[in-house]
Amino acid sequence: MEFSEHIKTANVEDVVLRRPFHPPMQGTLCVTGHHLLFSNRDGDSSRLVLLLLRNIDAIEKRPSGSSGTITLKCKDLCVLQLDIPGMEECLNIARSIEYLSSLDIVSDMYPFFYRPLKLSLQDQWGLSSAEQNYAQMEELQDRWRLSHVNKDYSVCPSYPPAVIVPHSIDDETLVKVAKFRQGGRFPVLCYYHRKNGMVIMRSSQPLTGANRKRCREDELLLQAVIDGSGLGYIIDTRSNQQAQQARMTGGGFESKSSYSCWKRLHRQLERGKVLQESLIKLVEACGDHSHSVDRWLSKLENSKWLSHVHTALATAGLLAECVERDGHSVLVHGSEGTDTTLLVSSLAQLILDPKTRTLAGFLGLLEREWLLAGHPFQQRCAHSAYSHARLRLEAPVFVLLLDCVWQLARQFPLAMGFSEPLLLRLAMEVYASDYGTFLCNSDQERCAAGVKERTHCLFQFLLKPSERERYSNPLYEPTELAIWPSVQPQSLQLWRGLFLRWTQHAVHLEKAQEELRNLVIECRGAS
Amino acid sequence: MEHIRLPKVEKVRLIDKISSRRASVGTLYLTATHTIFVENETEIRTETWVLHSLVCSVEKQATTTTGSPLLVHCKNYQALRFIIPQERDCHDVHVSLLRLSRPARYEELYCFSFHANSDKEVRGQAWDFLSLKAEYSRMGVPNHLWNLSPVNRDYKVSDTYPAELYVPKSATHPVIVGSSKFRSRGRFPTLSYYCKENHAAICRSSQPLSGFSARCLEDEQMLEAIVRSNPRSDFMYVVDTRPKLNAMANRAAGKGYENEDNYSNIKFQFIGIENIHVMRNSLQKMLEVSEAWSPSMSEFLEGLESSGWLKHIKAVLDAGIFIAKAVAEDSVSVLVHCSDGWDRTAQVCSVASVLLDPYYRTLKGLMVLIERDWVSFGHKFSHRYNHLDGDPKEVSPVIDQFLECVWQLSEQFPCAFEYNERFLITIQNHIYSCQYGNFIGNNQKERTELRHQEKTHSLWTYLWENRTDHINPLYRPDHSQTQGVLRPVTAPYCFKFWRALYNRFDRGMHPRQSVIDYLMAVREETQQLEEQLVSHEECYPP
Repeated sequence: MEFSEHIKTANVEDVVLRRPFHPPMQGTLCVTGHHLLFSNRDGDSSRLVLLLLRNIDAIEKRPSGSSGTITLKCKDLCVLQLDIPGMEECLNIARSIEYLSSLDIVSDMYPFFYRPLKLSLQDQWGLSSAEQNYAQMEELQDRWRLSHVNKDYSVCPSYPPAVIVPHSIDDETLVKVAKFRQGGRFPVLCYYHRKNGMVIMRSSQPLTGANRKRCREDELLLQAVIDGSGLGYIIDTRSNQQAQQARMTGGGFESKSSYSCWKRLHRQLERGKVLQESLIKLVEACGDHSHSVDRWLSKLENSKWLSHVHTALATAGLLAECVERDGHSVLVHGSEGTDTTLLVSSLAQLILDPKTRTLAGFLGLLEREWLLAGHPFQQRCAHSAYSHARLRLEAPVFVLLLDCVWQLARQFPLAMGFSEPLLLRLAMEVYASDYGTFLCNSDQERCAAGVKERTHCLFQFLLKPSERERYSNPLYEPTELAIWPSVQPQSLQLWRGLFLRWTQHAVHLEKAQEELRNLVIECRGAS
Repeated sequence: MEHIRLPKVEKVRLIDKISSRRASVGTLYLTATHTIFVENETEIRTETWVLHSLVCSVEKQATTTTGSPLLVHCKNYQALRFIIPQERDCHDVHVSLLRLSRPARYEELYCFSFHANSDKEVRGQAWDFLSLKAEYSRMGVPNHLWNLSPVNRDYKVSDTYPAELYVPKSATHPVIVGSSKFRSRGRFPTLSYYCKENHAAICRSSQPLSGFSARCLEDEQMLEAIVRSNPRSDFMYVVDTRPKLNAMANRAAGKGYENEDNYSNIKFQFIGIENIHVMRNSLQKMLEVSEAWSPSMSEFLEGLESSGWLKHIKAVLDAGIFIAKAVAEDSVSVLVHCSDGWDRTAQVCSVASVLLDPYYRTLKGLMVLIERDWVSFGHKFSHRYNHLDGDPKEVSPVIDQFLECVWQLSEQFPCAFEYNERFLITIQNHIYSCQYGNFIGNNQKERTELRHQEKTHSLWTYLWENRTDHINPLYRPDHSQTQGVLRPVTAPYCFKFWRALYNRFDRGMHPRQSVIDYLMAVREETQQLEEQLVSHEECYPP
């Protein structure tokens, strides 16, 4: 594609840029295929501001006399303003931004053009393969096997080529089970608890439908999971009523009569539009500085964001409790099994598994449980909280995950090897990135688009020594214990670092973080 | 001891609030000073001690098949639910605790029996640890503009004021006395904080007895003297911290506020902080939410909102900011008052001081500040914090709100304060506990009559001796946040629920790991290593 077709005015002089924490700045604005470039020469020093167009969520233009003002609301929640002399230039630039910020074709996106000197496309893409993961977990190998039934993505388009399933279940059976689960997402292992051999499985809903259809193979697979231990739990991330209703549209749940050894627990987690609107309301509340404390609290409450955080953490806690304290295996799913299912299963792993709490371990968890497990990032993160576009499939499930992880880290400030800046960076990268990691909706799509050959991998980059330093937690003291979060409302807080990031308030807190890092480094240096 | 009907009850159960499923069984003891619960199941016999003076309510609930529940609420926000097998025992404990927690006379307070036998001389010296004279001299007074007035030496002019007061040099004895007669309880305008750099001052008083039209020449001269003692400004602010409506209502009772027409060179300003009754009810509502058993997020936020508590905290902080700004940026002096000038006035003056002067963000500085603006100026500690069995309408969390303002600031500027949250919580605890003599009585005169310096210990010395527990490791005197005037953001989202105080005893709610403890441990370790290195070098010089 020729981007230049969409750039009528590439350069404008004497533009004024207004952004948080900086005095207004006058200079030259330049539009390229993927960036807004703002530069000003102030005597000898020149300053450059580079904004990825993909980061722009909403654009508002306002004429004033012969000039115009463009307000850019970004997906990282920053709001910028450009005062552009010349109405025509202003409109041209606005049009370019509108078009170029919402490109649909993956290969047109910036990660395919990003070629920094210090990175090579030959570098490894991704952190580890399913084979490596499986090989590392020797304890589970006598009961669990690595299946390549999905090697050409034909059984389940949103699954990776290799998955872990019970040894006794052959590929043929898996194919049949896949037909009984929405989107072919048959139950697979996502976590093995070394302490007692119990596992967390995840899947999509069974397609029992109105006629209460059964699937012998599906029942067999689940039976094989609890083989010997007698009882398993199914955590359904929908309410009982929602699960009942799902039968009308061909979905459903595991009935007691067909799955007698499984006990179903329902916990309603919101997703989709409800979650997206919650984020929009929260960001709106945070952006309005005029109101009173009462109004603020009422808006905060009304956004329901913290309620979603609460439910997600509480459900993950329940799941972890089933595995660790009650000693049972758990299957978790909602409907498609690509959103709240992943949210709950990955949070439970953070609670239980010390390996996922290191920087590399956490990124590995995200790779396994979100990228390979088929969370549709491109659909979910097409727009963020400011967009006026009609909502389609957007939902900040991943942001909710990051928020929950932040809450865990607040309650266990020594237990995580990574720090808040990492979570903030991920919250930004997931919406607009130089890297290809969060492109597309599944592993299959990423392979088809050549993401792994033609873009750089964010996770690999974050693990380079220079970055690792920046994103590690200076207080990290590994613990082998499970970290049980408190989910009392008093214990959960608004994530100020993210939602109030562009206020003075966040600056003071950031300074304190810096001080803390210096202090620890200083002390460590001395000893 | 005559109040203890039953010194010991066995097989009592103590219910954990968060997980009400968990109860520990043990023995309940009543002593002259404490209720003690000793768990008997565990190997380490956990003990829970509750000071009688910290108990604010004891409630006996309907007997069930498992026993008689007894609910004990404390002023430091601890809440205990005992289940006592026999109703008769529960009744006896209830009656005993009611009496024990409400002493009738000052002499019954815990501070008079706490370590009463220690060396008198040491105890007396301990009280010299803080000196207000030194504090005023640190601020730069007396000087050519302000001097120490002997007018209240025998508490004759105002029995709720301290003996030593600083007034403008140009205010003569008759002016002071005249002004004091025109102010509630004789509380004439006097110095609270003095800014050496620009001569601007924060003064405080009670409301004028202006009614609808009364004037007092001496009072007008008194204010004029304050204006004149600040060479940088030709006017001053008079800040009435009450809502305008309340102040106007006071006029009908012959009180009220300054008429700008009668006082030359003043700018009058209302700042609507609600009165002690509104604050008491607000706290009560907030505690209902914070004590609720497992509320949903929405219930919690709605309850927090409808309590209005954070709104009131913001009002106090906003008032402090207004005054700090006038003093620091405009070099204008400010006179602050409310009705009697011992509640809202104390809050606002001390918040302004914390904002203005980094000294009050140090351990010793905060102690001095409380000693000056609260203790010496006659904040009615015994009434407000219910030390004796008194009028419940006099009770209100006034200093709690000040401490919370400081906490909110420390959350916003984590490197600016030498003390940590624990310091504030410990102070809150001891304002109510009556374990130390600092806060007994309602003013200096009463405390002197009680001979508190001879008979009780000082909290400040105790805190100073244990200062390592109260240090904020992130504090650095030369950090940018530490310097100069604090300019907090007061957008509503900056105000947070203070879990560590109001849910202090719900341990499950707090972070399971403490950054402060970790940093202190790291620091201590480093110090030890450095000391070892030094001693090593001393033994084996290089």
